[in-house]
Amino acid sequence: MFDSLTDRLGGILDRLKRRGALTEADVNEAMREVRRALIEADVALDVVRSFTDKVRTRAVGAEVIKSVTPGQMVVKIVNDELVAMLGSDAKAIDLDAAPPVPVLMVGLQGSGKTTSTAKIAKRLTERGNRKVLMASLDTRRPAAMEQLATLGTQVGVATLPIVAGQSAVQIARRAMEAARLGGYDVVMLDTAGRVTLDEALMAEVAEVKAATKPHEVLLVADSLTGQDAVNTAKAFDARVGLTGIVLTRADGDGRGGAALSMRAVTGKPIKLLGTGEKMDALEDFDPRRVAGRILGMGDVVSLVEKAVENLDAEKAMAAAERMRKGQFDLNDLRTQLDQMEKLGGLGGLMGMLPGVGKMKNQLAASGMNDGVLKRQKAIIDSMTKKERRNPKLLDASRRKRIAAGSGTKVEDVNRLMKMHRQMADMMKAMGAPGAKRGPMAGLASMFGLGGGGGMPSPEQLKQMAEKMPGGLPGGGMGGGLPPNFPGNMPGLPGGLPGLGTKPGGLPGLPGFPGKKK
Amino acid sequence: MTDMNDETTKARPGFWKRLTQGLTRTATGLSTGITDLFTKRKLDADTLEDLEDVLIRADLGMETAARIAAAVGKGRYDKTIEPAEVRALVAAEIEAVLKPVAQPLAFAGETKPFILLMVGVNGSGKTTTIGKLASTLKAQGKKVVLAAGDTFRAAAIEQLKVWAERTGASLVSRAPGADAAGVAFDGLQQARAEGADVLIIDTAGRLQNRVELMAELEKIVRVIKKQDPTAPHAVVLTLDATVGQNALQQVDAFKRVAGVTGLVMTKLDGTARGGILVAIAAKHGLPIHLIGVGEGIDDLQPFAARDFARAIVGLED
Ligand SMILES: Nc1nc2c(ncn2[C@@H]2O[C@H](COP(=O)(O)OP(=O)(O)OP(=O)(O)O)[C@@H](O)[C@H]2O)c(=O)[nH]1
Ligand SMILES: [Mg+2]
Repeated sequence: MFDSLTDRLGGILDRLKRRGALTEADVNEAMREVRRALIEADVALDVVRSFTDKVRTRAVGAEVIKSVTPGQMVVKIVNDELVAMLGSDAKAIDLDAAPPVPVLMVGLQGSGKTTSTAKIAKRLTERGNRKVLMASLDTRRPAAMEQLATLGTQVGVATLPIVAGQSAVQIARRAMEAARLGGYDVVMLDTAGRVTLDEALMAEVAEVKAATKPHEVLLVADSLTGQDAVNTAKAFDARVGLTGIVLTRADGDGRGGAALSMRAVTGKPIKLLGTGEKMDALEDFDPRRVAGRILGMGDVVSLVEKAVENLDAEKAMAAAERMRKGQFDLNDLRTQLDQMEKLGGLGGLMGMLPGVGKMKNQLAASGMNDGVLKRQKAIIDSMTKKERRNPKLLDASRRKRIAAGSGTKVEDVNRLMKMHRQMADMMKAMGAPGAKRGPMAGLASMFGLGGGGGMPSPEQLKQMAEKMPGGLPGGGMGGGLPPNFPGNMPGLPGGLPGLGTKPGGLPGLPGFPGKKK
Repeated sequence: MTDMNDETTKARPGFWKRLTQGLTRTATGLSTGITDLFTKRKLDADTLEDLEDVLIRADLGMETAARIAAAVGKGRYDKTIEPAEVRALVAAEIEAVLKPVAQPLAFAGETKPFILLMVGVNGSGKTTTIGKLASTLKAQGKKVVLAAGDTFRAAAIEQLKVWAERTGASLVSRAPGADAAGVAFDGLQQARAEGADVLIIDTAGRLQNRVELMAELEKIVRVIKKQDPTAPHAVVLTLDATVGQNALQQVDAFKRVAGVTGLVMTKLDGTARGGILVAIAAKHGLPIHLIGVGEGIDDLQPFAARDFARAIVGLED
């Protein structure tokens, strides 16, 4: 699967990659070719359109980074959008419920439900150490029940005894009952294939779902499917509420467009890939790896990632240098606020730190939220260039103007200015000669300059949190982050802006003195 | 296996009605598309591109869609045009491509037994189509032998056995896992011994890129040819209506390895439109014999170019 899509996209992007400069026309031309390649890979037309639109917009507006050609940048953008389309994170089958956990398999005729049912059952038995019962609810296709029974014997998984004349719902109920009595962990319910236009059969599967309340409802779909994939996925999702997709025949030379489309239109993760007729031919679906495989340009992608990191690091170095010289102006503060937002706002930032989950609540209680961040940025944005470079200019009338311009109150502006002054003072003090081993080391490490900055353990962080009610140890942020923290930690604010006015909540010092190992 | 809990034999509406129902319902999207497209619109470049999109959504593929859109636009550029007229024009273009390939599956009178080999990827509808075909042939008073050449898939033999019982055809099978070419050989011996008119050989589903499985298929053909150099008299490839552009590769590979002589498209009773047939017809010119429109024994229809083309764009008859 995906191989020929790889060839097509690879060819297009290769040509682009080598170009020194790209015009908007170049990008448009490339996107036309990408569109064609995706359509020939059976990606649903609407999905293709939104994909190329997103890539085009991002490519045209992309920041120019030296050491990366615009073409390489486009490759990276295509990669990112592919990953986004495929769903970023791998999702496994979820069995986290009271046993017996029902798993319902649905899909069109001939999509591979029975084979997939047996493969999954085998895997859950052998790797997951679960006791699994399989039941065929297919009362229609000749010998469907025998097929599942035979596979059950093959893989060593129990199947529900066949009782002629029962309806699908009756069998499903019997399976759940048998599983309860027999102490099974999982019940795999294999249903008859059905076209989504068959009202009676769609009602039947909805009834089965209502009767068994499955924890997982998996759509089994053929990766050779064309444009209809989206209709089918939408129809099943609307009727029975899918929790995931199993893509079969991934060992074929289909181009896998159905995979891209179904995830995109339903938002439901692709959980597994069937890759052959043998009972262990089942693979986890990892969107990142698949996107990487489709593009086959992992080298370019990581090159660009590195360059972006370096760029951030360069900015951070410059900022650190300015701070050292006591030139921390409002532009610098603005950059820091930006970086914070990039890292997922306050909530995201706090969530990434070990042992500070609790502080998140304190944060919320103190009224400190991402709205504050936005407001502070708005205040800075309402200043003139001159004012930003030289905060001393800000007299009462200017502050009034700024408050009006940013839709805030003068107190807000005052608070921001106070915070800035405290931070600037602190940094100046740290920048003084001889302060090397102290807070300065923490600051340096925080801005990626290397040196010191040990990482407090979660326990230490917790202690700090307890000792400092109402304020956040800024050092916890600076020194407490893992060394390879995403984005290289450029310009993380030394303290949480806005907390400076709270008692005990001085804009924290990076490197928190005394907490070094 | 008995038919006790088998719902497929229950009374159903006539199959012609089912076909048109199926196809028109499936075409709703397409015809709505066309209506949206052409209400008070001029036939300009944008409109033609939109028409092309609508055809792509029906799986005709980029090339075929572009060609048909261009044909519709030819000589009518910048004219205002009614949706109904566009629909008729598109249908006519599609029909023109399909007409030459709409050929019935002919069981030549003198050849006895007439040997038909059924091939296709997994789950495409081979066994069910065989069952339906056996029923049709039986109704014509022909004597039919079915050979269970799928010795691989679990319960594949039982599945064909049910169809043999339903249609009164005789069944030849070996144990699961046996050599499929051997089953074909047995089938031929049995058909000769019974003086049967038609032998239909089922095969295991296989993806066309799986070299070892395609080699196995080649061997089946070789063994048959050894017995009767004119055989197999028909090699029919089943294509699922939901299939996308990969069908082109399927036709290529099965033609090369097994000498496919014609096509059947199954599952046209679903939402899929089977537009890839138009691309296949244009590229390969292979006969299209029949369409499957359901799981019942009667749900098999001759392929009619006009009906297919008109149904695809949402025209009733
Ligand atoms: N709705 C619908 N279902 C069909 C049609 N033809 C076949 N099926 C169903 O499609 C599924 C697969 O059909 P089979 O005949 O078993 O396909 P096959 O090619 O023999 O499959 P394998 O032997 O497993 O490769 C079964 O559930 C059939 O009932 C059709 O025209 N319409
Ligand atoms: Mg079969």
